[in-house]
Amino acid sequence: MTQNEQAVDREMWSALGALSAAAAVIGVSFGAIAVASGVPGWLAIAMSVFIHAGGAQFLSAGLLAVGNPVAAVVGGLLLNARHLPFGLALRDTLGDTWWARVAGSQLISDESVAFALSRPEGPARRRAFWACGIALTFAWDGGTVVGVLLAGSVGDPNALGMDTAFPAGLLALVLPSLRDRTTRDAALLGSALALLTTPLLPAGIPLMLSLAALALPALTSLRRDDPVSNTGEEGLR
Amino acid sequence: MTTMVLAVAALAIGTYITRLAGPLLYHRLTLPAAVVRLLPIMAAVPLTALCVTGALTEAGSFAGWARPAGVAVALVLALRRTSFAVIVIAAAGTTALLRLCGVP
Repeated sequence: MTQNEQAVDREMWSALGALSAAAAVIGVSFGAIAVASGVPGWLAIAMSVFIHAGGAQFLSAGLLAVGNPVAAVVGGLLLNARHLPFGLALRDTLGDTWWARVAGSQLISDESVAFALSRPEGPARRRAFWACGIALTFAWDGGTVVGVLLAGSVGDPNALGMDTAFPAGLLALVLPSLRDRTTRDAALLGSALALLTTPLLPAGIPLMLSLAALALPALTSLRRDDPVSNTGEEGLR
Repeated sequence: MTTMVLAVAALAIGTYITRLAGPLLYHRLTLPAAVVRLLPIMAAVPLTALCVTGALTEAGSFAGWARPAGVAVALVLALRRTSFAVIVIAAAGTTALLRLCGVP
């Protein structure tokens, strides 16, 4: 490893530490809030393990607690629809084998996608995705267990500014990709669309609407179209 | 209780299918180069939108000033290429301090 690679590696582990710490704290608050609102502790833990998406879990736990399971499922699925474009954007980051795709898919989250895409394409990106996905799983699930055990004695995590940790961390991760002008223009337009529609539409739909801003780079991209397949081996698939 | 478990199972399975669809589709389809060029942007756009709506709104209305102020600090530090850990701690700390001073 060169000195530069070592420095990049150190930066990656320190970023993962901070990301995991924030996820653990939010996981604790999810466990505590879910139990306080009437979701059984073991089910709250199962939600973190199997749903593995913070926003949808907070939303659906609240709706389950007030006896609205249909809204919990529909609302959660709408909020999680963004994982489909995330998976496309990752391309072959997960791995080349079918089991890498099957297992790696469960690790797709806002943070792991942003973290992976902030690294150069290739082995570095693949390593970053898996390291981040696994670290976040331990932090999120472990945090939830602690929150369930401590339910009732956990203070307000917002007093510590933990609600800021998520958008701030995400911003730090996406910022490098926004240095590209085409990406930045689309992201700003998409964010404006999402922000304007957030008060009007159910959670999740504004995020999918933001994708309409892809029309901007699509027009530029189509103009210099050349028919090369995504595998680099034209016509094989 | 059974209803709760079924709802969680349905949401977990549906979410997993959504996650798996992207990587599987990418390998099944031969996408035109113009579309392949768009793929990285396809993640950056909703992630930025999530960041902006997450910074400014809570349950569909304005989140108060403490959170966007913290995120603004994160933006400044990130533009100066500060390390990730410092960015997150400074942002959360800014929000916490403002709340301590009574800013919502």
